[in-house]
Amino acid sequence: MTSVPTDPGPADSVIPRRQHPALRSIKAIGLIRESWVGTIGLGIVLFWVLIAVFAPVLAPYDPTQQIGPLLNASPMSCAEPGQRYLNDQGIATTDGSECFWLGGDQLGQDVLSRIIYGAQSVLFFAPLATACAYAVGIAMGLLAGYKRGWIDDVLSRIGDIILSFPVLVLYVVIITAFGPSDLNIVLAVTFASAPGIMRIVRGLVLDLRNRDYVGAAQTRGESSLYIMFVEILPNARGPLIVDACLRLGYTTITLGVLGFLGLGLPPPDPNWGNLIAENREVVFTSPHSTLFPCIAISSLVLGLNMLADGLREVSLKD
Amino acid sequence: MPEQATPVLDKTTAAPAAPVLEIRDLNLSYFTRAGEIPAVIDFSLDVRPGEAVGLVGESGCGKSTVAMAVMRYMGGNGRIMSGSIKFKGRDMMTMSEEELRQLRGSEIAMVYQEPMAALNPSMKIGDQLAEVPMYHESGISYPQAWERAREMLGNVRLPDPERVMQAYPHQISGGQQQRVVIAMALLSNPSLLLLDEPTTALDVTVEAGIVELIRDISQQFGTSMLYISHNLGLILDTCDRVCVMYSGEVAEESAIREIFTNPCHPYTRGLFGCIPTPGKDKNAHPLTPIRGQLPLPHQRPDGCNFGPRCDHFRAGVCDHGLVEMETVDAHLNHRARCRRWDEIDWDNYRVESEARPAMEAGEVVLDIKQMQKYYPIYDRSLTAVLSGGSVRYVKANEELSFEARKKQTVAIVGESGCGKSTFAKVLMGLETATNGELTFNGVDLADKPVQKRRKEMIRSLQMVFQNPNDTLNPSMTVGQAIGRVIRKFEIERNPHRVQQMVLDLLDMVKLPRSFINRRPRQLSGGQKQRIGVARAFAGKPAMVIADEPVSALDVSVQAAVTGLLMDIQAEYETTLLFISHDLGVVRYLADRVVVMYLGQIMEQGTTDEVFSPPYHPYTEALLSAVPIADVTVKKKRIILEGTLPSVLNPPAGCPFCTRCPRKIGQICEDVPPPDVEVVPGHRIRCHIPVDELKDVEPVIQIAADA
Repeated sequence: MTSVPTDPGPADSVIPRRQHPALRSIKAIGLIRESWVGTIGLGIVLFWVLIAVFAPVLAPYDPTQQIGPLLNASPMSCAEPGQRYLNDQGIATTDGSECFWLGGDQLGQDVLSRIIYGAQSVLFFAPLATACAYAVGIAMGLLAGYKRGWIDDVLSRIGDIILSFPVLVLYVVIITAFGPSDLNIVLAVTFASAPGIMRIVRGLVLDLRNRDYVGAAQTRGESSLYIMFVEILPNARGPLIVDACLRLGYTTITLGVLGFLGLGLPPPDPNWGNLIAENREVVFTSPHSTLFPCIAISSLVLGLNMLADGLREVSLKD
Repeated sequence: MPEQATPVLDKTTAAPAAPVLEIRDLNLSYFTRAGEIPAVIDFSLDVRPGEAVGLVGESGCGKSTVAMAVMRYMGGNGRIMSGSIKFKGRDMMTMSEEELRQLRGSEIAMVYQEPMAALNPSMKIGDQLAEVPMYHESGISYPQAWERAREMLGNVRLPDPERVMQAYPHQISGGQQQRVVIAMALLSNPSLLLLDEPTTALDVTVEAGIVELIRDISQQFGTSMLYISHNLGLILDTCDRVCVMYSGEVAEESAIREIFTNPCHPYTRGLFGCIPTPGKDKNAHPLTPIRGQLPLPHQRPDGCNFGPRCDHFRAGVCDHGLVEMETVDAHLNHRARCRRWDEIDWDNYRVESEARPAMEAGEVVLDIKQMQKYYPIYDRSLTAVLSGGSVRYVKANEELSFEARKKQTVAIVGESGCGKSTFAKVLMGLETATNGELTFNGVDLADKPVQKRRKEMIRSLQMVFQNPNDTLNPSMTVGQAIGRVIRKFEIERNPHRVQQMVLDLLDMVKLPRSFINRRPRQLSGGQKQRIGVARAFAGKPAMVIADEPVSALDVSVQAAVTGLLMDIQAEYETTLLFISHDLGVVRYLADRVVVMYLGQIMEQGTTDEVFSPPYHPYTEALLSAVPIADVTVKKKRIILEGTLPSVLNPPAGCPFCTRCPRKIGQICEDVPPPDVEVVPGHRIRCHIPVDELKDVEPVIQIAADA
């Protein structure tokens, strides 16, 4: 709610300091508290972010450390003392203190530690891939929506062609063509998501380009680049932020799927998709080693979706 | 409820019938993030059978909220806090949802501002209309309902009702759509009709027709009306009684002519001072804007809401408690919410703003010769390509020729679709002209888009835009927006000096310096428009194009912004090209007027020449269509028939021939009219001989005793 002074007098020459942009965005995030859905979503997302940041402190074991006796151990189980097993250094003996809270996987690794370190992987690559997709999608959408004409035709048709393929096919083709590596995963996600983002941006630009302030910028001879990025893009940010949260969720799932298909980051990496893939053969005998990574993925995606819902709800209020 | 329609009443009869609508001490609040916001305070109103009551006020005064309360459509966050609303003696507050639904549509009908939003775009108009009797009357067959609907379309004076019944809403014009909506509202034979700004979205000549229809409704059907508008002239044309609202309260209520002849509340008086009526003149009798601003609903002062802006405010009298309505004249039911209404000596009170000397026009700044702007429309269908006729042209501007001089204000007047905005685009370089010359300060700009113009040229030709909510980038502060212009035109680069210049510009548009860090959403409409003016004048332009700069603003704000624009123009010796559809404002501030219709100039001359005979018949109709909020003015009534022809297919002869009431024959349809110079500078494009046009009596006559 704003205040409009009743009588403008020339006397008040005191100019209040402008708030730092960072401070204003923190205040904007504070508004999410008005939506309980959004608050819970933000809580879940922050929970995973903290887990990822403090993984080395929180994880009880090295994610790749194998303790033979705890192979496929059920949750809350500890190794009996005096059992001998093989590790990097040679033969080791358990002393009874080795306990896997969420059980062990089929290589005898701690599921909990792998999930904790897996959060690092997913929370680094999902936002990175989404950001890349946005960079490309926004550039294409701005161009198509602002320039119209043949540029719009060409970009839109390219987008339509990409969108006409099932995303999974695109991923498989790109990653098998370029080989599974972190860079190629980001590339694949960018390639598959950018057209969708372009459509959204283009729609927003088509509306915003007719505003008078864009006309004002045009009549003072501003360049197209300035108009697109300074006059138009900042005013499209509301819907884009909501969409970004949703898309971050999709990318999280995508990373899981790619990991599951063996197209994700190469094995010892503890990302959640890999965890599920590695243990799917023992899913009936020791379900915990696939169940907990599944819960991790769905909780993060759920959190992101709830956050997006909350942001939309808050932005619609006045 | 099959109830007999209320018989038509002779309004002069002394014994008043029981009111149809009775609102008593209504208090209504909205609940938002900022807490409770009282929207309507202590509101009482009676609407008697067959009576038309006007609710007039500026935006945010609560007039639409009252209408919504009557319909009991309050939205999720609105609540009636106290008071009563009685409809035909029945308390609406205790009615169930089912009873309310019965009432709405059948007993109380509403007409909104946007006709297109009220009609279902995928249903034929006949079906939509026939639905009303089918739904509200039991035992009526579909053919009967259809017949009733057709009859009603005739009653709202739609030509060719049979064709309209078969049409979809998008196939008829905006004015016709609004007539259909009114017909739909009347079909259930309601006792009360609520009209919320029913003509605001329409052109003036179309509006005139709707206004005449509305005025006849109560006589023809005995329907009571609650007419909501911001335009006092329209209220004068349509209503029997009027409530002037200010900041959630009724400021004054009375019989219609009484308000105009004897306004008692200082706000009502102030409002009249802001309206550019024919007696006003920018040099001799300037408008007197009300100082200050409408208080926000949660920042209303104690006591009289108008107190802080009132010249008759007295501490100790006006600044405490709720000010009650006081009766001024019981017979006329004239009441005012002012504690000092009988103390103020209006006869000896004059706040005439200072008269100022008229400005001498200087050398020619803008010279336009035979300018044309055509937009090609490509028909890509196979038949069109084969027959060779695949390109058609929208003739947005056809042979524009006029000039503007230094310090002069030239107004371009016309209704929507007349090509005035296209002309502005060509002038600003967003489009290039198809043909002709457009010389500005000695340089031909006709084929130069803005990218090819020199920075100096761009700087000296700037624009003020129409929509205050659109004119500023919402994500930039005022300082950033104006500062960008200063840097862009390389007037100054040093950040401190740029800021100083922005502050000076804020002083110039009379806004506080602290606004430099505000964002557009923290500003009111008038303030945004002032920033728009500051931005346009930042580069000290030689010429400013103002495209309807005040049409979206409230009357009192309009007066202030208009005054400001003229002050700055005088200071900078700028040429002002004022594009508008509002003849009241144009008469008030323009030195020369160019009247456009369908891409062509129909008449041009000095303001006095254009506003008095000889007129072009279109100018005459336009003048007569504008509602004037002044009872001393007598106006000739000309209602234009028909609709605007398509710009794709304009008449071969005179563009106005399809609607012209003075059409003389076949020649008007076949031969383009000659451009006749009546006196040097005054040109009329018409087949009718000038001598004949000179004999036309003036449209507007001010009574001698005024």
